[in-house]
Amino acid sequence: MNALIVAGLLLVLLGVAYQSGWSRSRGLVTADGVKIHSRPQYHGSFVAIWAMVPTLVILGLWAWFGGGITRDYTVSLIPTDIMMSLDQVGLNAAIARIGALASGYGVTGESPAWEQAAGDALRSFQMLTFVGVLVLALVAGGAALVYARSRINARLRARNAVERVVNLALLACSAVAILTTVGIVASLVSEAFRFFTFIHPFDFFFGTVWNPNNAGSAGNWGSYGLLPLLSGTLMITAIAMLVAVPVGLMAAIYLSQYAPAQLRAVAKPMIEILAGIPTIVFGFFALVTVGPFLRDLGNLVGLSINATSALTAGIVMGIMIIPFVSSLSDDILNQVPRTLRDGAYGLGATQSETIRNVLLPAALPGIVGAFLLAVSRAIGETMIVVLAAGNAPVLRGNPFEPVATITVSIVNQLTGDTDFTGPQSLVGFALGLTLFVITLGLNIVALYIVRRFREQYE
Amino acid sequence: MTDTLSTTRQASIERTQRIRAGLRRRHMGETIFRGLGLAAIVLALGFVALLFVDVVRKGIPAFTQSNLHLAVNFDPELLQVDPAPTRTAFASQAEYNAASLKWQRDVAMLNWNKVVEASLRTAAPADIEIDSRQILSIAETDARHDIREMFVADPSLLGRTVEVEVLASANAANWIKGNINRSLGDAQQQLSAPARALIDTFVEDGTISNGFAWSIFTNVDSRAAPASAGLLGAFVGTLWMMLIVIILAVPIGVAAAVYLEEFAPRSRLTDLIEVNINNLAAVPSIVFGLLGAAVFINYMHLPISAPLVGGLVLTLMTLPTIIIATRGALQGVSPALRQAALGMGASRTQMVFHHVLPVTFPSILTATIIGVAQALGETAPLLLIGMKAFVASVPLTPLDQATALPVQIYLWQGNENRNFFEPRTAAAIMVLLAVMILLNGVAIYLRSRLEKRA
Repeated sequence: MNALIVAGLLLVLLGVAYQSGWSRSRGLVTADGVKIHSRPQYHGSFVAIWAMVPTLVILGLWAWFGGGITRDYTVSLIPTDIMMSLDQVGLNAAIARIGALASGYGVTGESPAWEQAAGDALRSFQMLTFVGVLVLALVAGGAALVYARSRINARLRARNAVERVVNLALLACSAVAILTTVGIVASLVSEAFRFFTFIHPFDFFFGTVWNPNNAGSAGNWGSYGLLPLLSGTLMITAIAMLVAVPVGLMAAIYLSQYAPAQLRAVAKPMIEILAGIPTIVFGFFALVTVGPFLRDLGNLVGLSINATSALTAGIVMGIMIIPFVSSLSDDILNQVPRTLRDGAYGLGATQSETIRNVLLPAALPGIVGAFLLAVSRAIGETMIVVLAAGNAPVLRGNPFEPVATITVSIVNQLTGDTDFTGPQSLVGFALGLTLFVITLGLNIVALYIVRRFREQYE
Repeated sequence: MTDTLSTTRQASIERTQRIRAGLRRRHMGETIFRGLGLAAIVLALGFVALLFVDVVRKGIPAFTQSNLHLAVNFDPELLQVDPAPTRTAFASQAEYNAASLKWQRDVAMLNWNKVVEASLRTAAPADIEIDSRQILSIAETDARHDIREMFVADPSLLGRTVEVEVLASANAANWIKGNINRSLGDAQQQLSAPARALIDTFVEDGTISNGFAWSIFTNVDSRAAPASAGLLGAFVGTLWMMLIVIILAVPIGVAAAVYLEEFAPRSRLTDLIEVNINNLAAVPSIVFGLLGAAVFINYMHLPISAPLVGGLVLTLMTLPTIIIATRGALQGVSPALRQAALGMGASRTQMVFHHVLPVTFPSILTATIIGVAQALGETAPLLLIGMKAFVASVPLTPLDQATALPVQIYLWQGNENRNFFEPRTAAAIMVLLAVMILLNGVAIYLRSRLEKRA
């Protein structure tokens, strides 16, 4: 409700400011036919920006510090004799109750007189501060508006000023990317370090047993060895690559070198549909169709294959990555210069000989880069593995058995409750950091290789 | 002389033969290679087809539901409750409200299962021997709520008999649709033998009929009454998140792309931003979930399980996609347009906003829709910010507890009543895929339309 009022008033201020700048600028034009530097829209925007900045700064400051001030005030409302009897939890509960009384929602049971009084006082305080801050913000905005309007004259370089602000806003938007990376690294590293205060990094990175004690307390946290998860991850990734690379690469070769135009026009988008299917759908497909099929197939040939196993997850993940491999390879094959191919044809090579002996070796670095990107994607894939890999964090080499991966364990350990107090949930961040570092490393190497490859033929 | 001639000829014949043999081998190799390529295409397309056919085949049955047509008698014997208060009997609105609430509580305390049981027995053959738990297992557990609500809405029903349509239970639906093996022994069946026989009788005499499962679209998730579990809550949760993604990711993404492509001086800062964006595009989605859990929930104390947090996480995930696609579109604008605008005296900003951006609008729109469609199917990061909690209500604001379509799929596939929920999960997948195909279709349609006009 309050947010709506604030947003509405801001819009009104914005409109009024723009309009006043615009009309003043029009007035300049009609006055004596002078040439003005900027068009009226820029004068309008100029005044609007001037009016919005102080308003938003004041509202922002209140949004940042207001909560703390309100809390301090609430604490001061609690009588001292009661204050003495409260511990931290009790204090928080009392603050919450007073807040509920003030808002009138979520009040349960009877409350003592001092709480009622505190609630009433808090309500009037909240009302007062809300109106006060709003009025202050609007007055500041209005003052800025009047000042900016008074500055408007024919020579004012309003366009340049507005464009500078636009430029800054655009820069701020692209800085979001940096902020995201900083946020990821900071949260992963800080929480992972907290994890390492419970479990020694050596035990984490080189431990061979994964057995977190989810109900554990100090002394028996359980074991948090990364190796079983890493081996499961690598096994599934290897199987996925065995499926995706041959199929994806051959599909790309056929589509770019052999396929008639009509087939290419149909098959390429069809394969790209695979890339758009959510991974949870692949997971379901693996769990209810591929897994049982592989188990029955195993029974037929006398192999014991679990329905949920590294093989199931790996194959389906491979299917998921096919379009990724094929579209990347397609790009790369198309970048090999025609002259190389024509030279091979001129020497009498058949089409497949040209592809195998000229095209592929020339494109090899690029294809290796694509391969690494695909590996990084497979390592970070979550839902297929959560559903179809069986979640058995044991160090073993049999692909027919259930395994667990880094991503599965992150999902298992961070189940949505976020009191990050013990290693049970904090380990999620240590695993996330490991995952982030591995995929980042693979990406950097892959992008470097691909760029080198492109430069070679430019 | 003739000797050498014949050896030369001999050698030439041999060489020709060798070449012919070699050519045959090489052409064979060519055919094999070509066949392998074709096989790869067929395999890849086969997987697409298999996946779609499999999901549709599994999901179609879930779009029919078994309805029980019952003649419900609001028997005064069973429903011993005071008559509903009327407004005229009270002095003030507040007193009436209090009395009305008390009456509703009294109504809720009645044993409505008895009413359901009585109507089931009326429909059943007179000579049937079946205990009340068994006969009640045919109707879904929320049947009694439906009937109670009818009574609360219209207290004059007391003593009358009304035709009511309620859902058959999930186990009954399994039995009717053949989702469970009918030849299994009693121990493995979820329903007792008399209940199964009665269901068959009901199906024959038309008491149970199958209809389109509107409940999937109009109901929220339910644990107590699985047959009425629907997608509405998850769908609205997804809508909220998509709204947040569109409001935040599109302006920020396009602005960032415009800056990097049109304004950014070549500096270390812009290089850093570029490297960052490329890497962010390849960061596993689950890492964004960790970011959301640590920053939005643990540090900023935003509500857990809320679409707001989910939307923010998905926004950060979608940004690189939109930035990269928009940059591609901007690069494709012909330099002639820019030079013409600059030549007419437009400033750089005017050139970009008045001339370049409008031309790239179709491509940016398409990229945006595709990015949003991608975010729509994302599951893993949402699990980490608590969106896998069971939520049986429609989120009215982005701060309410909610779940999302893909997460609902994850939750349903883990339900213990496999026989019932496997088709329902496939149905949910069909809905999700339909939404995604719709979005992509809109993107393609808009692009072709707008490009034609431009």
